[in-house]
Amino acid sequence: MSVTVEARRIEQRMLQRRNGVVLNRISQVVFALAGILVLYVVGRAAAANLGVFFQQVLNGFQLGFIYALIALGYTMVYGIVKLINFAHGDVFMVGAFVSFFTISLLNLHQWPLAVWPGMNPTAAMVIGTVTVILASMLTCALLAVTMERFAYRPLRAMPRIAALITAIGVSFFLEYFGGLPFVFTNNYITYPRPFEVFVLNADMVPPLWLGILWGMCGIAAIVYGILKVLGNRGNARAQAWQRNPFLQFGMLFGGFLGVALTIIWLTPRLVRTHFDLTASNAMLIIMGISVILLVILQYIVRYTRIGKAMRASAYDKPTSRLMGINVDMVIAATFALAGSLAGAGGVLYATAYNRIHHLMGIIPGLKSFVAAVIGGIGSIPGAFVGALTIGLVEVLSAGFISSPMRDAVAFSLLIIVLLIRPQGIFGEAPGEKV
Amino acid sequence: MRQLLRNTNFTFILGAVLVFIVVQALISLGVLNAYWQGIIFWGAAITMVSLGLNLIYGFNGQFSLGQFGFYAIGAYASADITYRWVRNDPSALVVVIFGSILALALMFGVSAFLRRFYGVATLTKFLFNFLAAVLGFFLAVRFVNPAIGKVIYAALNALPSGISQQLIFFLALVGGATLAGIVSYLFGIPVLELGSDYFGIATLGFTIIVKVLLDNTDTILPFPEMKGARGMVGIPKWTTWPWVFICFMAVVLVMRNLIHSSTGRAILSVREDERAAELVGIDTASQKILAFVVGSVFAGLAGGIRAHDLAFLHPTTFGFLPSFNPLIIIVFGGLGSMTGTIITGFFWIFLLEGLLRLYLPEGFETWRFVVYPLVLLLMMLLRPQGLMGRYEIAFLRRPLPPLRVKEASPVQEVIPQAGEVTA
Amino acid sequence: MKGRPENLSPEVEARPVILEIDGLTHYFDSLRAVHDFSVTIKEGELVGLIGPNGAGKTTVFNLITGVYRPTAGSIRYEGVQLIGLPSHEIIQMGIARTFQNIRLFANLTVLDNVLIAYHPHSGYGLADSIFRSRRFREREKAMIERSQEFLEIFGLADRQNDIAGSLPYGLQRRLEIARALATQPRLLLLDEPAAGMNPQEIDQLMELIHFIRDRFQLTIFLVEHRMRLVMNICEWITVMDFGEIIARGKPEEVRGNPQVIEAYLGRQAIR
Repeated sequence: MSVTVEARRIEQRMLQRRNGVVLNRISQVVFALAGILVLYVVGRAAAANLGVFFQQVLNGFQLGFIYALIALGYTMVYGIVKLINFAHGDVFMVGAFVSFFTISLLNLHQWPLAVWPGMNPTAAMVIGTVTVILASMLTCALLAVTMERFAYRPLRAMPRIAALITAIGVSFFLEYFGGLPFVFTNNYITYPRPFEVFVLNADMVPPLWLGILWGMCGIAAIVYGILKVLGNRGNARAQAWQRNPFLQFGMLFGGFLGVALTIIWLTPRLVRTHFDLTASNAMLIIMGISVILLVILQYIVRYTRIGKAMRASAYDKPTSRLMGINVDMVIAATFALAGSLAGAGGVLYATAYNRIHHLMGIIPGLKSFVAAVIGGIGSIPGAFVGALTIGLVEVLSAGFISSPMRDAVAFSLLIIVLLIRPQGIFGEAPGEKV
Repeated sequence: MRQLLRNTNFTFILGAVLVFIVVQALISLGVLNAYWQGIIFWGAAITMVSLGLNLIYGFNGQFSLGQFGFYAIGAYASADITYRWVRNDPSALVVVIFGSILALALMFGVSAFLRRFYGVATLTKFLFNFLAAVLGFFLAVRFVNPAIGKVIYAALNALPSGISQQLIFFLALVGGATLAGIVSYLFGIPVLELGSDYFGIATLGFTIIVKVLLDNTDTILPFPEMKGARGMVGIPKWTTWPWVFICFMAVVLVMRNLIHSSTGRAILSVREDERAAELVGIDTASQKILAFVVGSVFAGLAGGIRAHDLAFLHPTTFGFLPSFNPLIIIVFGGLGSMTGTIITGFFWIFLLEGLLRLYLPEGFETWRFVVYPLVLLLMMLLRPQGLMGRYEIAFLRRPLPPLRVKEASPVQEVIPQAGEVTA
Repeated sequence: MKGRPENLSPEVEARPVILEIDGLTHYFDSLRAVHDFSVTIKEGELVGLIGPNGAGKTTVFNLITGVYRPTAGSIRYEGVQLIGLPSHEIIQMGIARTFQNIRLFANLTVLDNVLIAYHPHSGYGLADSIFRSRRFREREKAMIERSQEFLEIFGLADRQNDIAGSLPYGLQRRLEIARALATQPRLLLLDEPAAGMNPQEIDQLMELIHFIRDRFQLTIFLVEHRMRLVMNICEWITVMDFGEIIARGKPEEVRGNPQVIEAYLGRQAIR
């Protein structure tokens, strides 16, 4: 059989073509210019209104840390079962509602005072708040495990789309079951916060605190840097110590709270026109609790048996099974961890924004998912970085571009990141076997 | 006669004509009230959207959540055309139709130009096509509309009013569908390359971006008549049963003929194994874009039908939650089964919007969305391949060519016949 | 000439070059998969590429067919530089390949599998298929007939409407070769065609390879792990180990080469 006319024609066409590199360069320049233009416009607006800028950075931190808690759940679940768990945002919603009920019906946030009436009110507040959060985390962990056991596990051998549809179904169920009149109702509910919220101003920030926080961050960073240098030279012990949870805690807690407090302390001194920075104690508490939970999660995933089993299962399930890992149990544990983080996120979100609703999980859930994808789905530090990015971008675009467009900007960022780096900031490029 | 009935094409056309006549008769006799008529139209629209998604996901394997975005684009674009027209403003019609023509022509030119290079990155392709499309619509707004808008208006109004109305409606439907197609082409060039879940996520983002833009049509976009989040009212109610029927049949026939052709097989091969398809010489990127654009055009057409039946458009109609409906419909009906999609699409609307809404006792309205996810869960547990699996009615089934009559082939002796081998 | 053994017959050397690989190098991150690989193949030859597992043989095929873009080097097919071209264009130019682990379109019929490979040569467009024009019917009929001829050659004619995934392993291998041939190649790359076959089946396969080469006037470049097949049918052989060429020559020369025995057979024997 001789070669067809078509094949010859195709080949002819191919021979006459020129290299498209020039065109690619042109388009890169155009895209870069467009990007610079956007940054310039936003940057100018920010520079013209520095007070708003700092305010939005604080708001962005607050939102970003809540997103981080939810995003971690998405990323862990996706990492291990390759399922976009659309119901995760609704677990977050349930977390908020559980805390609503424990506070308004059970007065759980006041139990230390009820038991020991003479207790120091600050200590009682701390213990009470932590109890409320723990209660929500526990309930949400149970909910997530139940979901996994009854909705996802039976479908694990099926095509992935079946599990995805199921996830959508579970999500709808939680949303609309929550919307029933005798459950959460379909109205907005004002949320009774577990602690007093007050506005922090520059005078309430003693420079000593700033010193302590920055010191913490600085010492941790220096130690980390030394370990890193040693580790790069091949010192195995230094490599292991780099991931020490206390170091991470020091850097993150000291760093972020330090930045936040510095902004509160500095802005009135920096911005000449009168400017009220509405930074509340809730903001700092949210950041602190999120950092603590993140570090605990890192510790669990890195150092505990179950965490190692999780990483192994995420990498290769059949082999893990052969190595004696109970993969079902590991997946259930992953869902439990994810659920508990979402529960904590729900409480913090409700505390920050003061209103809850049975559909409140959809948009934060989606944004967190976007954050997980931007950071590199499957990567824990990625989820954290992605969530902060999304939080900041969303809030800054609300401040300097257009408030109704914040969702559109967040999702545009998603598409742009996917186009430039599909595997996300911290993700690894998927290899393909041919 | 029996011979004729055995011919699947004939029986299908006969059945379709019968359905058309029966429904038309019921409407004319007043048996079907406006509500049930609306349910049928709605069912047809949703089915068209779902067929489009089935082409994209069920047949081409590209998991998309963006179908409602294109549905919305089609709906709003065609609604804007007729809305302005009945208010003596032909600008939307002229801009959409001539802008689309110019944009398509320019994009065609750009593609021909880019084909003379090798190693052109997808983002480059996107940028050049995007600029071409923007230029096309810019020219239409800036030059074509001021130049010939009035002429076109006068010319169309010179026709008898009945005919001109039908013609405008037709142009509005075509315009909405074309616009959806152009947007999907531009969006598809860079994003389809992502593949699998990332494509799904990006299309989800697309739906949400469209929804946000619709919420702000009057503030951020320059379309005050769309009234943003308050909803667009005053769209002429022009959708009639013949229009629905024609559009629906056109979608079914185009899709069937497309799938059962060489291009259709190439589309299927991408779903089966993209890499292997690429390595037997299929331009998988083009196949993906083709399926995506055709599926989006279907959605845009359905949007036009729906908009002119409802006469009212609201951004929440195209929001996040309803955007899963087409996906659920095609999974329910069976991925890669047109029959399944058609049946489930209609039943979906009949059941959820028709029967359950009317016949549930008072106060149980809210239970619809509690019960329906449970049904969904049960369905996935019991029959994850969907109601129909890959079953098709005869007309839509892939034709299986008859075995070739065996000649005494000289080859047979040379080639050793393989026994049944187990590896 | 570069990339060829010295002592081939002048009659072969006089033929035109079909594939010329020069200095091909490819890294996966920092892992060196292929290093300075050069091979020149002339029309009508049957050339083998052998080497132990992980030597980089399949990577060479992936580089030729555009699956990966090489770090350095050049690949010329009939004088045209292939580097940077997308896979489907390379295939359309007349290079076809099979896969080590069979990659059929498992849910489609046997006939559809072959028809898909014909798609670039279908000769009708979108409008033809949507409106079912006469051109569509004629070309479609011709395509089906030609595909059926192929199936007949490979003994698959009576299974044309079976689902490809349901075929027994041996027939799936044949179908894959049939599908590759339907792309109308002049150069056929076979990636471990004998994988999973017993000696008897390998004998049949050798006959089949000879037959298709003569029938379709093909040049064949094959990667193999099993010495039996390569030694018997290839005109000359290139041996790879750790991404580098360690020997090349006629089968009997390679068989006696101590380096090859050490790198390949020695390890094989230990295993």
